[in-house]
Amino acid sequence: MVDISRGGVADVIPPAEVKDVDLYHPKSWWTRYVFCQDAKVIAIQYSVTALSIGMLALVLSWLMRLQLGFPGVFSFIDAEHYYQFITMHGMIMVIYLITAIFLGGFGNYLIPLMLGARDMVFPYVNMLSYWVYLLAVIVLVASYFVPGGPTGAGWTLYPPQAILSGTAGRDWGIILMLVSLILFIIGFTMGGLNYVVTTLQARTRGMTLMRMPLTVWGIFTATVLALLAFPALFAACVMLLLDRLLGTSFFMPALVEMGEHLSYRGGSPILFQHLFWFFGHPEVYIVALPAFGIVSDLISTHARKNIFGYRMMVWAIVAIGALSFIVWAHHMYVSGMHPYFGFFFATSTLIIAIPTAIKVYNWVLTLWRGDIHLTIPMLFALGFIVTFVNGGLTGLFLGNVVVDVPLSDTMFVVAHFHMVMGVAPILVIFGAIYHWYPKITGRMLDEVQGKIHFWVTFVGAYAIYFPMHYLGLMGVPRRYYELGEMAFLPPSAATLNEFISIAAFIVGAAQLLFVYNMITSLTKGREAGGNPWHATSLEWQTPETPPGHGNWGKELPVVYRWAYDYSVPGAAEDFVPQNQPTVVRGA
Amino acid sequence: MGSIILFLVVVGAIVAVWLSRQRLTAKPWLEEGPIGEVPGTGAVSLPAATVGLGVFLVVVGALFALLISAYSVRMVMTDWQAVPVSGLLWFNTGLLVASSVALQLAYIASSHRRIDDLKLGLLAGGGFALMFLAGQVLAWRQLYAAGYFVASNPANAFFYLLVALHGLHLSGGLVALGRAAGRVWGGSDRRDRIRLGVGLCAAYWHFLLFVWLVVMALLMGWANGFIELCGRLFS
Repeated sequence: MVDISRGGVADVIPPAEVKDVDLYHPKSWWTRYVFCQDAKVIAIQYSVTALSIGMLALVLSWLMRLQLGFPGVFSFIDAEHYYQFITMHGMIMVIYLITAIFLGGFGNYLIPLMLGARDMVFPYVNMLSYWVYLLAVIVLVASYFVPGGPTGAGWTLYPPQAILSGTAGRDWGIILMLVSLILFIIGFTMGGLNYVVTTLQARTRGMTLMRMPLTVWGIFTATVLALLAFPALFAACVMLLLDRLLGTSFFMPALVEMGEHLSYRGGSPILFQHLFWFFGHPEVYIVALPAFGIVSDLISTHARKNIFGYRMMVWAIVAIGALSFIVWAHHMYVSGMHPYFGFFFATSTLIIAIPTAIKVYNWVLTLWRGDIHLTIPMLFALGFIVTFVNGGLTGLFLGNVVVDVPLSDTMFVVAHFHMVMGVAPILVIFGAIYHWYPKITGRMLDEVQGKIHFWVTFVGAYAIYFPMHYLGLMGVPRRYYELGEMAFLPPSAATLNEFISIAAFIVGAAQLLFVYNMITSLTKGREAGGNPWHATSLEWQTPETPPGHGNWGKELPVVYRWAYDYSVPGAAEDFVPQNQPTVVRGA
Repeated sequence: MGSIILFLVVVGAIVAVWLSRQRLTAKPWLEEGPIGEVPGTGAVSLPAATVGLGVFLVVVGALFALLISAYSVRMVMTDWQAVPVSGLLWFNTGLLVASSVALQLAYIASSHRRIDDLKLGLLAGGGFALMFLAGQVLAWRQLYAAGYFVASNPANAFFYLLVALHGLHLSGGLVALGRAAGRVWGGSDRRDRIRLGVGLCAAYWHFLLFVWLVVMALLMGWANGFIELCGRLFS
């Protein structure tokens, strides 16, 4: 008979399998807060930078919606500017905000803490990772200050148009974009090595892989994907840069421009597309897998119930990661391919829905008969599930060649990928910030402001993207600066565009409230204590909140159970922390 | 894209073998334990730096596999004119082999605590590597002088790109080698760290030698049959 009430700590703990890391101790203000090697500080640096550049992307989306909702009204938005808005908005959101905050932000903060480590295994390289990322962001933003402005090639940067003179930012913008991406990848690789090796080698005693929280599983697997996929983008960027600067013809076919034969010949634009999407599709899961992991932990904690089907969740994460490398060409149906290829990629795309659906079922079954607390993190987690299912369903449509071909160049695709890759992961980012902010700062975020933020964001996102699907089905094309006279479109299409734009302005404004909440709660937020959500995972069991340098004081924690012991029958409380041993009665 | 898919299959197989030893079928909800009963984490007994280098080599391998994929896609197009492989490139290959062997000998010397042999090995390894880089620059200049400009043919562009990326990786390795050598000449008493650093450099050198041999096989056309096979399998 065992009892899981709190027991005394004995001194019979086995030695660590892997040596404890030699911590670097900061000696000055600069090394403590600026050039800092502590993963927690690096996480905050990553997150603040990512959210700041994300605000620029938000403003760009407003400008785009001004044009789409009210074409011709704002004379400062011409076609060139419009395409620059699109390009920078897309690239910033996908790479510099969402990827950076999930891996660089949450990865850095949570991996060492959740695994019971003192820090990342290569702290100096980890610090460099952030500074190279910051340099990448600066180079990207610098493109606003060069002649011609940023590139307007679209976020996929497809050649040949990306480097031809008809495209905005052809002189400097595209160069800075490519250099910035190359820097980002170098910086990410430095960070990624840390996330993977720390997970493999720095887990504390008792923290087996199958005791890791799903958040760590998600971030770990996403990092592995990114380490394998980003080289494709790196190669594509380097080769495109050489085409642009040295006149090589990796991707550039023979072209006539303004009546003149260009020196390019024989290059393959399709080769670029293969390289780009070989990165681009895993990128969807680089963003989605951390979101899956985080949402699993939010749901379990705030429904006070163990996660349903933990093993299946782990296997599904691994399966999705593996499958994500054999679906890339479903982004290229309209570029033309052998029919057997189309069949293969359509089939693999549909197969990947199976492990994804398993995860959705398990989230729902975790909620089933749970003690659901509708806290703000929980609201965002629920919002994610609904949104991801919506986005996933339209993905099933687009995964089929015959359905994709007519829809590919319409707003349906814009609506689909914003639901699945924009709104859904961003809802998780918000939920995660509301959940872990108390650990990071020691204070709670304001709940009323948080609820307003959630409801406006959630309902507003649907007001934006639901009608957008309908516009796409009507045939409204994407990438168009203005629709002009299109006989097949009813006037209601323009009205719907106005409605979407107004919704977008409101949703954007709600994010300002979120920023205000984060800043004011730093000093005025309610004191959180060490474990305000009564959560089980290790990061909530630190001796100090916010955790100090080295995270754990003198002794590393020892793990005796998985991370989901909620509402355990017979337990004194409705949660049993991972570092609490079972006490054998009478022993 | 055959090369990168084959590369991923190999990496996937290694990951699958590793995962199969990680008790992924365990039922963690049944495995709570009393004090003192702590299962092993399954971490390998290698130093973190060794695991880190292994992961990094996979990333570098993916990059070169992708470039080889791109090379194989581009080389079947009609405008492709292969770059002549000069004798200098073979000489450079010999230098890289010598560099790799010297570092391996340095590693063996570090294991047996023969400091003089270790220093000699490091000097020879670094020296041969520098000579290799200089030789590569010379090979570039020879080709350029012979009219093989970077933009005049895609084969030339790939040649310059592959040589440059390989050289950059070797240059990065030289920085690490410099740090390891600094510990040796600085008289560090952390012999385990010296041995680890030299061992990692040697492993990195062997990997870069392997990559260079693959690049040479591509340039010589020896890999054409393999590329054709990949093309048939994956297109």
